[in-house]
Amino acid sequence: MRNSALILAIAPLVCAIAACSDSGQTASTSGTPGSNPAAPATQNRWNNIKRRAQIICGVSGEVPGFSFVGTDGKYSGIDVDVCRAIAAALFDNPDAVEFRNLNSKERFTALQTGEVDVLSRNTTWTLSRDTSVGLEFAPVVFYDGQAIMVRKNSNIKSLADLKDKAICVQTGTTTEQNLADQMRKRGITYKPVVFEDVNVAFATYAEGRCDGITADRSALVSRGTILPKPEDNVILNEVISSEPLAPAVAKGDVKWGDAVKWVVYSLVKAEELGITSQNIGQFATSTDPDVKRFLGTEGNLGEGLGLTNDFAARIIKHVGNYGEIYDRNLGPKTKLNLARGQNQLWSKGGLLYSPPFR
Amino acid sequence: MTNSIWRDVRFWRIALQLVAVFLAAVVVVILWGNLQRNLRQLGIPFGFDFLKQQASFDIGETLISYKPTDTYSYALWVGLINSLRVAIAGIFLTTIVGISAGIARLSDNWLVRNIAMVYVEVFRNTPLLLQLLFWYFAVFLSFPKTENKISLWGFIGISQNGLELPWFNLSPEFSTLLLGLTFYTGAFIAEIVRGGIQSVPKGQWEAARSLGLKPGLVMRLVVFPQALRVIIPPLTSQYLNLTKNTSLAIAIGYPDIYFVASTTFNQTGKAVEVILLIMFTYLTLSLTISVVMNLFNRSVQIKER
Repeated sequence: MRNSALILAIAPLVCAIAACSDSGQTASTSGTPGSNPAAPATQNRWNNIKRRAQIICGVSGEVPGFSFVGTDGKYSGIDVDVCRAIAAALFDNPDAVEFRNLNSKERFTALQTGEVDVLSRNTTWTLSRDTSVGLEFAPVVFYDGQAIMVRKNSNIKSLADLKDKAICVQTGTTTEQNLADQMRKRGITYKPVVFEDVNVAFATYAEGRCDGITADRSALVSRGTILPKPEDNVILNEVISSEPLAPAVAKGDVKWGDAVKWVVYSLVKAEELGITSQNIGQFATSTDPDVKRFLGTEGNLGEGLGLTNDFAARIIKHVGNYGEIYDRNLGPKTKLNLARGQNQLWSKGGLLYSPPFR
Repeated sequence: MTNSIWRDVRFWRIALQLVAVFLAAVVVVILWGNLQRNLRQLGIPFGFDFLKQQASFDIGETLISYKPTDTYSYALWVGLINSLRVAIAGIFLTTIVGISAGIARLSDNWLVRNIAMVYVEVFRNTPLLLQLLFWYFAVFLSFPKTENKISLWGFIGISQNGLELPWFNLSPEFSTLLLGLTFYTGAFIAEIVRGGIQSVPKGQWEAARSLGLKPGLVMRLVVFPQALRVIIPPLTSQYLNLTKNTSLAIAIGYPDIYFVASTTFNQTGKAVEVILLIMFTYLTLSLTISVVMNLFNRSVQIKER
C-alpha cells in the first residue's frame, strides 16, 4: 500500500515533465514555418477596439502633470492627453477612453496580456524593453532625465556628497539600474532603500529616513509639489541618465502601433504648422499643400493608417497640438512650471521632430 | 477468490487515483501548451538564460558581499539569504513571544491576563501589511535623526537609521519586518499555546500539584510537555505563515528574495520564469520547515510501548 502510494505521487510529476518537454518541442517546430503567428492577434486588437468604440489606456495615475486624478475625479496630464488624442483620432471623441491605473511592475504584463490597448505611463524607451519585454514604442512624448532630490539644509550639493547616504528608490523602473550604474562609475558607495509603492517611497523620504530620493526629473518636480514642505527640497543639477518617455503597444500589433505612432507625430506636426485647437477653423481653407494633406482635405493619408483622412484634424480640434498639451499640463501656469528645454520643436532648439505627412 | 477484478476494492482505489492523476496531468499540459503558444505569439522567448546576466542593480542590505556586476542568480541568492535571516530570527522570537503570551493568557494575575488578551486581539485582528506600515512609519521612522540618537547604556544607539549595537547594525527596514512578523504571528501562537494547555486534562494539574510541585514546575514538567502534542501541528502552520509573509518586505523597503525577483522581472521582462522560480523557492522553504517540524512532532508524541 505504501509503495503504490509513492508511485502514484511520482506519476503526475513524471507525466508533467514528459508532457512539458513534448509540447516544448512542438512549439519550437511549429513556430518556424508559420513566420507570422501574430497576424490574427493584430487584426483582433484593431477590431476589438472598434467594436467596443473605446480604447483602454494604461496610465500611472500617481504623477501630477503626466497622469493624475484631480479633485473632480477626472484624469489629466500629458500621458492622459495622448490617450485622449488617440481616442479623438479613432472615434472623433476624446472621452472614448477607459483609464487603468498600473504600477511600474504591472504595466508590461498588462500590455502583453492585452488588458490595456496602449500604455501611456511615463515609460522609458530602452532596448531590452523593445526586444525581450516585447513592446513596440511610439515616438517620445517627453524627453526626461533622472535626477536626485535632497533636503535643502542637508549640505548635499552633488552626487559625491551622497557617499554612504541612504537614497530612496522605487522598484520596477530604470531608475534603480541608472543609479547603480552612475554610483559605480564614480566609485561612490551608497545605500538604496527600495519600495514598490511610489507613495511609500516619497513618504519615507519625507520622514527623513533617506537623505535623497531619485526618479525622473519631471516626476521629482511633480511629486515634489505634493510633499509636506515642497520648498524645503531641492533637485541636484546633475542629470544621471537620459529617459525618453514614450507610449507603447504590444509587439505584433503593427497596424495599431502605426496608428498610435502617427497620432503622436500629428501633435508635433500641428505645432510645427502652427495649427492649434483655437485656430484650426482658419486652416480649413488653407491652400498650403502640407496643411491640406495634414488635415485630410487632400490625399488619403489617414485611410492608409486605417483611420479617417481627417484624423489629425480631429485630434487638434479636441485635444490641441503638442505645445498646447504641454502648457496645459506642465507649463508655467501649472504648479510644475517645467521649462520646455529638450521638449521644444527642433526648429526652436529642442528634440521634437515629425517625419513628413506625405 | 474468484471475484472479478471490478469488485476488488484495492483495484478501485488505485484506478481512481490514476484517473485523478491523469486529469491533473491533462490540465497541466493544456495550461503549459497555452502558455507556450501565447508567449510565442507575443514573441517572448521562454528560458532561464537571463540568470547568468549581470544584475546591475544595487541591494541595500546584504549579509554576503554583493556588487551590481554580479549575476541575477547571485542577486536572488543574496535576497534569499535576507529572507532566511528574517524568517529564522522571526521564528525564534515569535516562539518566545507566543508562548509567553499564551501562558500569560491563563495567568491568575488579572493585569497580566488582560494585557495578554488585548495584545492577542489587537494583533490577530488587524492586517499584517497595516501593522508593518505602522511599525515602519509610526515607530522606527519616528526615532530621532542619526545626529541626536538615543543612547542606552552607552553602547546601544537608537535612531532613524535603526538599532546600533556594538557588533552590528539593524536597519529600520529589517527591524520593522522582524518585529512586525514576530508580534503578528506571536498573537496566533499565543492562542494555539493557550488551547494546547487547556487541552491537558485537569487531573494532570491536580496530580502534579499533589506531588508538591511549585506552580512553575507544574507547567514546565507536567502540563507543557503534554500540551506540546497539541501545539506543534498548528504551530508548524504559523511558522510557514511567517516565512511566507516575509514577502511583504517589499512594502517597507527590505530587500528580500521577492524584492530581488521583482526587480529582476522588471529588468528582464521574464514574468513567467521569475514567478516559477519564486514559487519553487517558497515551496522548498515551506516543505523544509514542515519536514523539520514533523520530525520534532514525532519526537514529542506518546510512544506506545
